[in-house]
Amino acid sequence: MSAETDGPTVGAGPAGIAAPDGTVLSLRGVRRAYDDKVVLDGIDLDVAPHEVVALLGASGSGKSTLLRTINLLEPIDDGVIRLRGDDVSDPRVDADAVRARIGVVFQHYNLFPHLSVLDNVALASRLVHRMPRRDAERRALELLASIGLAEYAKSFPDRLSGGQQQRAAIVRAIATGPELLLLDEVTSALDPELVGEVLSLVRSLAEGGTTIVMATHEMAFAREVADRVVFLDGGRIIESAPPAEFFGAPREARTREFLARFLA
Amino acid sequence: MTTPSSTAPAGAAGATAWQPSELELDRRRFRRRQTRRSVLLSAISTVVFAVLIAWALIGSPGWEAVRQSFFDLDVAIASFPRILEGLWLNIQVLVAASIGVVLFALLLATMRTLRGPVFFPLRALAAGYTDLFRGVPLLIVLYLVGYGVPGLDFFPRVPVAVWGTIALILTYSAYVAEVFRAGIEAVHPSQRLAARALGLSHGQTMRRVVLPQALRKVTPALMNDFVAMQKDVGLISVLGAIDAVRAAQIETAHYFNYTPYVVAGLLFVLLAWPTIRLTDWVTARMRSREQIGSIV
Repeated sequence: MSAETDGPTVGAGPAGIAAPDGTVLSLRGVRRAYDDKVVLDGIDLDVAPHEVVALLGASGSGKSTLLRTINLLEPIDDGVIRLRGDDVSDPRVDADAVRARIGVVFQHYNLFPHLSVLDNVALASRLVHRMPRRDAERRALELLASIGLAEYAKSFPDRLSGGQQQRAAIVRAIATGPELLLLDEVTSALDPELVGEVLSLVRSLAEGGTTIVMATHEMAFAREVADRVVFLDGGRIIESAPPAEFFGAPREARTREFLARFLA
Repeated sequence: MTTPSSTAPAGAAGATAWQPSELELDRRRFRRRQTRRSVLLSAISTVVFAVLIAWALIGSPGWEAVRQSFFDLDVAIASFPRILEGLWLNIQVLVAASIGVVLFALLLATMRTLRGPVFFPLRALAAGYTDLFRGVPLLIVLYLVGYGVPGLDFFPRVPVAVWGTIALILTYSAYVAEVFRAGIEAVHPSQRLAARALGLSHGQTMRRVVLPQALRKVTPALMNDFVAMQKDVGLISVLGAIDAVRAAQIETAHYFNYTPYVVAGLLFVLLAWPTIRLTDWVTARMRSREQIGSIV
């Protein structure tokens, strides 16, 4: 296979070498297997402050699992995950405190149906960050106003369209000012005409300097917004490059195959 | 902006001009005929059914004797005040037991969902408890608590109704805890995932996200258990508490006539009826909300 002859293109640096100072997220040799099926097979990845990293890959390539391990929603079998230098994969670390530093948006929004949109957005600020109710709600309302959903603040999520729900879920994730935002195929469950409004919110977050790791199937969007595209296949990072290079002149045969299938 | 509104009147005019087509009018006539037919049919069948039952009852050889000893209006009126007084005790026990059951069952259900090796004894205790008390007949629990616990001479003397209430709480909590647990498990795991991803602890996730949704899901089942308990409060009479059943027993012995039991039974039905209707209403509302306008 050409992947082996092309030399070290994998990840941001060889395993064992420390990430540069200031790196928000740093993975070294992260491995995850279910029984005998290896889902993540030694992932090395560094994410710099304000960087937007797009994870591409076919279904089952390990994108979602990778995001879940970063947020400690899924245990890892080997390797190290560092968040601003702290080893968060250490079992002695308080997982709740780590998750509070990372925002996650899911494919199916996962808003809490029994809470108003405002309460959804304000919940973590109040419970996890112990913000007074009034401050948390004012902040939540500001965020909802900024995405044009202020009038739905008191509504329950089921009154909103899919795109509105997903945008509410995104501001819920950033309400507490997380150091890193993880987006797990946030447009995959949406009707095509609703995808645009969600992507433009993500774009404005990226332009505002939010550090983002996103799994996505939106090639055009990845090309436009991402600083770096990481291609996963079979639980390994096959190629990692700036979008112009990744889409314009992919080095790996597997990448070219993948792109040919998607862009055909 | 005038451009969007300039197109609106045309649309509105089109809407007001709509008249049901001949086809639709025909369908409506057919549906009306169908409705009339089914109302008529059900009325006829109800009358026939009632006549048959009445005929079978009154026509039976022992009817006159049964009527005298079970449906004596004078005895009913005479025994009514005492039985009503007894029912008041039932209602007090019911209210106290309901509150106790909800609290204790919630405790049991959450004990069973605790994670971590430290909590193993609590989990096991809760599991063992629900197994045991769902298996033991309520009557036996009543006897054991009502006669056994005071026999310890450990607690101050309290009315037997209090022991009866405790026995009801012990038994019904085991059932209701299982209902709560079913509700907790029916909340989709992605909800828990989203809450944990926000940094909420296990306890916060349970209190703020899982339990509120679980309670909504199991409301009809809970109300059904409440109806069941409404009549089982009558069993405290076996401990000697003068409730509606016990009062009816005393009146029956006094008049040498069973009518007081019928009176007590009707009072229990009246007590349960609002809850039964409310349960049906809540269930129907939840169902209609889920199927949003579809017929089947």
